[in-house]
Amino acid sequence: MQVPAPIEYERAVSVEHAIGLLERLGEEARLIAGGHSLLPMMKLRLANPEYLVDINDLHAELGYIRITATQVRIGAMTRHRELLESDELAAVCPIFRDAERVIADPPVRNRGTLGGALCQADPSEDLSSVCTTLDASCVIRGPEGERTVSMDDFHLGPYETVVGHAEMLTEVRIPVRPRGSSAYAKVDRRAGDWAVAAAGAALWVDERGTIADARVGLAAVGPNTTGIPEVSAALRGRPPSDEAWSLAGAIAAQACRPVTDSRGTADYKRHLAGELTRRTLRAAWERVREGGAA
Amino acid sequence: MSTFVDNDQRPLGHGRMLRKEDRRFVRGRGTYVDDISLPGMLHLAVLRSPVAHARIVGVDTLAAEAHPKVKAVVTGAMLAERGLAWMPTLSGDVQAVLATDKVRFQGQEVAFVVAEDRYAARDALELIDVEYDVLEPVVDVRRALDDDAPLIRDDLEGKRDNHCFDWETGDPAATAAVFDRAEVVVRQELVFPRVHPAPMETCGAVADYDRVEERLTLWATTQAPHAHRTLLSMFAGLPEHRIRVVSPDIGGGFGNKVPIYPGYVHAIVGSMLTGRPVKWTEDRTENLVASGFARDYVMQGEIAATRDGRILGLRSHVLADHGAFNGTAAPRKFPGGFFGVFTGSYDLEAAYCSMTAVHTNKAPGGVAYACSFRIAEAVYLVERMVDLLAAELGRDPVSLRMQNFIRPEQFPYTSRTGWVYDSGDYPRAMAEALRIAGYDELRAEQAERRSRGELMGIGVSFFTEAVGAGPRKDMDMLGLGMADGCELRVHPTGSAVIRLAVQTQGQGHETTFAQLVAEELGIRPDDVDVVHGDTDNTPYGLGTYGSRSTPVSGAAAVLAARRVRDKARLIAAGMLEVAPEDLEWTKDDSGGRFDVRGVPDTGVTIQQIAMRAHGAGDLPAGVEGGLDAQISYNPDNLTYPFGAYICVVDVDPGTAVVKVRRFIAVDDCGTRINEMIVEGQIHGGLADGIGMALMEFIGFDEHGNCLGGSLMDYLIPTALEVPDWECGTTVTPSPHHPIGAKGVGESATVGSPPAVVNAVVDALALYGVRHADMPLTPSRVWEAMQGRAAPPF
Repeated sequence: MQVPAPIEYERAVSVEHAIGLLERLGEEARLIAGGHSLLPMMKLRLANPEYLVDINDLHAELGYIRITATQVRIGAMTRHRELLESDELAAVCPIFRDAERVIADPPVRNRGTLGGALCQADPSEDLSSVCTTLDASCVIRGPEGERTVSMDDFHLGPYETVVGHAEMLTEVRIPVRPRGSSAYAKVDRRAGDWAVAAAGAALWVDERGTIADARVGLAAVGPNTTGIPEVSAALRGRPPSDEAWSLAGAIAAQACRPVTDSRGTADYKRHLAGELTRRTLRAAWERVREGGAA
Repeated sequence: MSTFVDNDQRPLGHGRMLRKEDRRFVRGRGTYVDDISLPGMLHLAVLRSPVAHARIVGVDTLAAEAHPKVKAVVTGAMLAERGLAWMPTLSGDVQAVLATDKVRFQGQEVAFVVAEDRYAARDALELIDVEYDVLEPVVDVRRALDDDAPLIRDDLEGKRDNHCFDWETGDPAATAAVFDRAEVVVRQELVFPRVHPAPMETCGAVADYDRVEERLTLWATTQAPHAHRTLLSMFAGLPEHRIRVVSPDIGGGFGNKVPIYPGYVHAIVGSMLTGRPVKWTEDRTENLVASGFARDYVMQGEIAATRDGRILGLRSHVLADHGAFNGTAAPRKFPGGFFGVFTGSYDLEAAYCSMTAVHTNKAPGGVAYACSFRIAEAVYLVERMVDLLAAELGRDPVSLRMQNFIRPEQFPYTSRTGWVYDSGDYPRAMAEALRIAGYDELRAEQAERRSRGELMGIGVSFFTEAVGAGPRKDMDMLGLGMADGCELRVHPTGSAVIRLAVQTQGQGHETTFAQLVAEELGIRPDDVDVVHGDTDNTPYGLGTYGSRSTPVSGAAAVLAARRVRDKARLIAAGMLEVAPEDLEWTKDDSGGRFDVRGVPDTGVTIQQIAMRAHGAGDLPAGVEGGLDAQISYNPDNLTYPFGAYICVVDVDPGTAVVKVRRFIAVDDCGTRINEMIVEGQIHGGLADGIGMALMEFIGFDEHGNCLGGSLMDYLIPTALEVPDWECGTTVTPSPHHPIGAKGVGESATVGSPPAVVNAVVDALALYGVRHADMPLTPSRVWEAMQGRAAPPF
């Protein structure tokens, strides 16, 4: 049995309390939400925090999905399972349900949270790709108050974010625009595995039916999940078509920076970036046509 | 689909019934080694090498010893002073209990700590300072014998290279002759990569050495408790009668729990040093990185045939990676295991195999399941080569196999490598698989899909195994014969206890062996208690692996029961005042009884006989009281189960993801005792085979770092990767087994990998792919589609 090194443990009762604890305990304190990344790393002694600040009691405060005509706001303690099961969220952002179906397994989804997934900043993590695709912004609270950063600015590198040591991610905000939809696709070696490569796509059309905007977010093919502005630029103003998806796929394959590892060769991942970009854009477009999210 | 009824009271012998042991397993009431907790017990943790190859310059344990909860810190140097630093392996090599001079693989045991709890023991490991002088490792098996390869085994006197052993079988001259005159020869390198048995329960032990009585009790995760007792006695110098090995409930073995691991010895040494019980439980990474692996063969295959498809010969050279120490578990005269059955199910004119085994800086072992002593590798070789020949000749893989099968009338059949196949009807099993699959319709569907650019593959394999080691004249492990003892006692009220030398790891022995006795004695399986896994309470035998329990101990159980029944006849004859030969044994749903021939329902039941055997009143002259029997069964031959497997896959042309759509498995393991348990064995083996074919892989980087050290890196298939199994049955009894049963534990794991690979290669035919090595991950399949198939190094 793998056992962690000695730690001290505190249970936060509010966001303010959690931030106060982090401030007081210093750099060696870590927040723990679902724990499915941090605890295995602690058992392997790859992570050896001195203090754990447990924020699971904040689920009442930070576990929510609120949808208005122009915005979706999701609390950072919202669990994977809640994202998977929300019909309201699936109606406006079907990409969430696509992704949650292929994230880990039910025990992980029962505990893991949106905030934990984003803050772990694993290059292969699915919800970072989803949030990038949806042009989400992240609300970070600290001793000095709140700030909001875009997904593009949120990650600084693998396993590294702009969230400071006495700060926590509290909410993710997603703009809702008319006549759009989204989709997610992932290739893994086995159900529940990290992505070999994954792609999210979101698409909006104007009244005439041409593409008003399109966004693609790739996972596992670079140091962080990345949006690809060139795809958006190339697709705006075009009619939705297989040629458009193929063009986007070619751009995505060009833009990504995969490396060879035991999950696959760089060439294969580059191929998947293109293939999955084509597939998710096509799926998003079909959803737009079906009117599910128009 | 099978239907399950809770028929614990029926059948009165062989047949489908729920497993008796599941009453406790499904309630969480099993007792595994880690559940053993003794008063005053201490905990042990092992410090392992972070590098694959290094000289140990120094080990500083002072800080660890100063930890307030630490009771002992032990290094290789300390063991060397007691002559315990090295121990024998099952293959006549030696293995370091703790490294003294060098570390030879990543994860090798360097020191251990005994402390008051698990956490303190682990914390103290971080206080041990080891200075390593890192050496260049040997990682690529193909480079192990290069002149400039670093020498791994400088512990062996006079050793100058990394050669482990050479072995050959068959007739090289006769084989060369058929290859010379063959119209068609196909050659292919086939790699069966290193995989791991990965049992759910990792290895562990609790050692309790009583200094006053000078007795050792060792609870250990072992598939072979008696063999372990003998080896521990020989190695540690403890009298064998003062060692008790207990193997409690075991959470999967698959060959992983056949060897004696250094950790077991550490626990014993720790208990002797501290005078207290000591528990060692391996963690998941330790199990995957440092314990017995499976396979790791690089095979050069050659098959020779006539233009019209008659297979003439098979030839192979195998390069076997045995890791740093040769820890393979195989009978002594079979260093390459039973790879000699690589001629498979076909009637060839000649065959020859040569094997070179080498050392590398990787974990030792090479046992394992699910290989039934290397038959998985052998079956993979022949079944891929036959498919390659079919592709070369433009023949359907089924018809080519049918053309070359050993025919039913040829049994018993002596193969070109000297194995005597006991019985078989191969065309019948293949025909049954074709029927279940709807083979012709599948081929039609495939043609139609191919015309649309879809990649559908149909893979066929046909395997023959040799299981149930084994006859004393041929087989032993470290001088221990492979016969099995068995003891049966029938109590006065007619219930019974049977004591076995084999040890279940999930195979359902408590049910199967109860049914074997029940069938012979006409009592309920529930009235038979099965005792196993405790050397103080069971007769001697070599344990459970290589699908040997039913062929060897199963036969022993039946023969013991028949001996009891013979005695029961004598007692019944006395009770009924007739001659024994005038009695007739009958068994129906009410039980077993002896009746006077021709006068039904006048006799005595087995329960009445049992009471008489133990009761008052005279017994016939020459008959002792009691109703017991004890035997040691030495099998005449191995048993040769076989089967026909068909796998249907769909490959996504865009992502190269392989989806196993259907899997048809027709198994012939002779007489089936409990069909539900047989099916369970087959289902598990098929899942394992799909795992090996598609995802399981213990890889290493160029520094010798193991890349498969967690279950996030070493992938095991889930319910989502496997289809609903479609199982079929034919029954060709073994002529020499008392009830005609053959082993089945490894059949599916042996037969399924080539079916999956054949299916994927078939699907990729449009891309001109002729072969692709396992594991067929999406990336590796896609690379094959680009014409860049590469071995998994």
